[in-house]
Order: sequence, then C-alpha cells, then structure tokens
Amino acid sequence: MPAGFQLLSLTPPGWGGVLLAGLFASLQLAIGGYLLGLAIGVGGAFGKLYGGPILRDLLEVYTTVIRAVPELVLILLLYYAGTDIINQLMALAGFPAVDISGLVAGIFVIGVVQGAYSTEVLRGAIKAIPSGQVEAARAYGMGPILALRRVTLPAMLPYAIPGLANLWMIATKDTALLAVVGFSELTLVTRQAAGATKAYMTFYLAAGVLYLVVTLASSVIIALIERHARRGMPRMG
Amino acid sequence: MSDGLSGLPLYVAPKARSLLEPHRLVLMAVFAAIILCAIWFMRWDWLPKYGPRLLYGVWQTLVMLFSTASIGFLLAIPIGLVQVTGPRPLAWLARIFCTVIRGTPLLLQLWLLYYGLGSIFAQYPELRSSVFWPYLRQAWPYGFTALMFSFAAYEGEVMRGAFAGVPRGELEAARAFGMRRFTAFRRIWLPRALHRALPTLAGETVLQLKATPLVATITVIDVYAVISKVRQDTYLTYEPLLLLALIYLCLTAVLVAAFRFLEGRIPTREA
Repeated sequence: MPAGFQLLSLTPPGWGGVLLAGLFASLQLAIGGYLLGLAIGVGGAFGKLYGGPILRDLLEVYTTVIRAVPELVLILLLYYAGTDIINQLMALAGFPAVDISGLVAGIFVIGVVQGAYSTEVLRGAIKAIPSGQVEAARAYGMGPILALRRVTLPAMLPYAIPGLANLWMIATKDTALLAVVGFSELTLVTRQAAGATKAYMTFYLAAGVLYLVVTLASSVIIALIERHARRGMPRMG
Repeated sequence: MSDGLSGLPLYVAPKARSLLEPHRLVLMAVFAAIILCAIWFMRWDWLPKYGPRLLYGVWQTLVMLFSTASIGFLLAIPIGLVQVTGPRPLAWLARIFCTVIRGTPLLLQLWLLYYGLGSIFAQYPELRSSVFWPYLRQAWPYGFTALMFSFAAYEGEVMRGAFAGVPRGELEAARAFGMRRFTAFRRIWLPRALHRALPTLAGETVLQLKATPLVATITVIDVYAVISKVRQDTYLTYEPLLLLALIYLCLTAVLVAAFRFLEGRIPTREA
C-alpha cells in the first residue's frame, strides 16, 4: 500500500511526525506516572507494613478503591478534581487561576492509579525478604535509612521486579485512556490523523506497531534488569 | 520487639482484625460524615429521572462482562493448549495473538475494529446487502469482539501456564491406564489445568469489568455511557462520576464475593 506509506511519511503532508510526537507524549506520561507511582508505592508499602493502625486502614481504603474502580473513571475524576482543587487552592491563596498543563495532570492521574498497585507489589516483595537479613542489618548496628538502602531495597528487588515490570506495561497502555480527556498522546493523535485522512486502518495499525515496539523493547530491557537483580541467587524453576 | 530503638521494626502480623477497634469506629464516623456532606451539599435531583436508564446501563455492563468473559475463556483454552502441545505454526500464531493483544492498549484495538474495520466493511456492497449488515452497522459487535479477544489473550497466557504445570506423572498415569489422548485430555489434563487456573479467574474478571466502560467510546450504551449522558445534560462534573465509581465499587465487591463463594465450594488438597 504505497499511498498508505506516503501518509505515514515524517514531513508535513504525511502524519508520521505527528504520530511520533504523540508517542513521545505517551512515553513521557508513562515514565512520569510510573515513577510517581513507584514513589507512592514505596511510601505506601512501608506505611502498610510499619505504619500505625489508622495509616494502615487509610492505605487499605486507597488501594482497594483504586483497584476496584475502572481506570477510565478514575482518570476522569482525578483529572477534573486535581486541576479543580489546585485552582481552588490558588484562589484561596489569592493567586489567579493557573492553566495546569495536561502533561502534569496526566502524570498525576497515572501516578495515583499506579501507586495503588505498586503499594501491593512492594508490600509483597518486602514481606518476602527472609527476616534474618533485616535482623542481621540491625545486628550490625545499621540505622533505619541505611538498612533500607543497603538491605531491604536491594533484597526485595528480585521479588518485586516481575510485578513492577507488569505495572510498567500497564502504565504504557493506560496512557491511551488520557485520549478520552483530550490529551494529545499517541491514541488520540492517531484518531485525529485517521479522521482527517479517512485512512483508518493505516493509522491504527501504525499506532499498534508503535505500542508493540515499546512493549517488546521494554520486555528486553526488563529481562536484563531482572538478570542483574537476581545475580547471586539460585535459579528459579 | 524493640520498635523504634534502632533499625526497622520487624514485620508485625496484624492482630485479629475486627471492625470494632476504636480507631476504625472513628474512621467510619469520618467517612460517614463525608458521605453525608456529599449527599447534603451536592446536587442529586437528576437521580430519579435517570434511575431506570442507570439500571439498564448496569444490566448492559453485566451482559457485556459475562458474555465476553465466558466466550473469551472458551477461546483461551485452545490458545493455551496449542502453545504447550500444538503444532509449531499454530503455537506461533497463538503466541503472536497473545503478544499483540497484550502489548497494545485496548482502546486502540477497539477503535481499530470499530473505525478501521467498520470503514473497510462499508466499502463492500456485497456485505452491505447481506444479512449480517444490520449487525455490522451497530457498535456492539465490535465492542464485544475487542473485549472477548482481550480476555482470551490474557486468560490464554494463564491457561498456557496451567496446562504446562500439570504434573507429567498424572498424564503418564492416564496413558498407562490405556486412555486415548483425547480421553486423557478430557478426563485429566483439562480438569487439572482448569483447577490450576481458577484462582486467577476472579482477578481477570474484575479486570474485564474495569475494561467494559471503554466500549462507551464507540457509542455502545453501558452504565458509563448513561453517566456521560447525565453529565452532558446537567453540566455536573463530580456527582455523576462519584456515583459511577460507587456503582463499580459495588459491582467489584459483589464479583469478588461471588468468586470467593464459588472457590470455597471447590475442594483443594494443597490449601
């Protein structure tokens, strides 16, 4: 289909450049959201394991609600609520309303959703560390931060990586949902290109290939990371 | 336990959990206050008008969920099986199917089927005059297909692991009893694999429930579409969405409880 390839060329009559820009936006969203989710997850996991009863119950409510409600609904709610709350706070503080960039709002939304899942993954991984290792760190007189950095985090990594890898795949695919709130990431850009040129199949297939490339490249990198994290451990199955 | 003296406290198993611990009572009171405030200060007058439509939407969501999940699961069995024992080309096909479906967003697949395939179908006059056209013109067959494929791909991967994980000795014993391959499959391999895959079914079904609102983006009417209509008509942002989140929370809770009940009725030796 030569006409189809012309449509995908990178220079303006073709839409290839627009698609790549969309892919770049999607990747930014996924990486930002994933890292934010990871930060929430580390905090949430430690809160769930070592926090007081109130903190533990609140975190339980957070993870349960986020995991029970469809991402699409959460994204709509958080997208509107997040921008609204910030503008209300700005109004209270006497500043004019700001226009929050879609990227920041999107990263916030994906991060909050991912955070619930990361919390569960990391909590499981920390619980899987043989307790003797943490006790040994304490016996050596390590402080909590040092023990966390030297023992708990590296020791839990092999247990956490399969779950975290899965979450990264989910993050890349969840970015597509932001098309519904009008953020110009790959899926929405594809829809616009397809609508403008009526070459629906060409563009949707091209976008599918782009997503697939991201997924396959990720799985190669993840395999390398996993091998590095599992070094010195007995082989599994 | 020298908590807080030095280092991290070791993991302390939670005490017997009771809803009536004092801090829980306080938390519940706080949440109840928040909910009462939401009921009191927000606008809910649209609710009676849209009530029947909402119920219809919930019904449509459930129909979509169970039809796609059950047919997708039936599809997942051969997809998992050929990857373990099938001829090479079939195994590769199944592998590619799983990779492609799991590697791209469901929203994109949905739009590819509805806009892409739909526009191609429309170019064939033979198809337009055929008996299928009244169906192909609607949106739900595309939504159904996309959801079904998605469930089949994710559960197919589970079934592959389940088939591969049945101990070899059991299959050899079946052969030693003189069972034909198909009999051994029907009596031993399939039931054992299904048994191993069952615990994942609850989670996958919840994920499928959370995927159903996407079909509203191609004009299928489900509970999400009804709520979108409410938002358009009333210009309210939060109230309909909060109600929607609540509806999904309840649906998930019911699903999880139902699966737990079913799993309790299936005897397991391991546990």
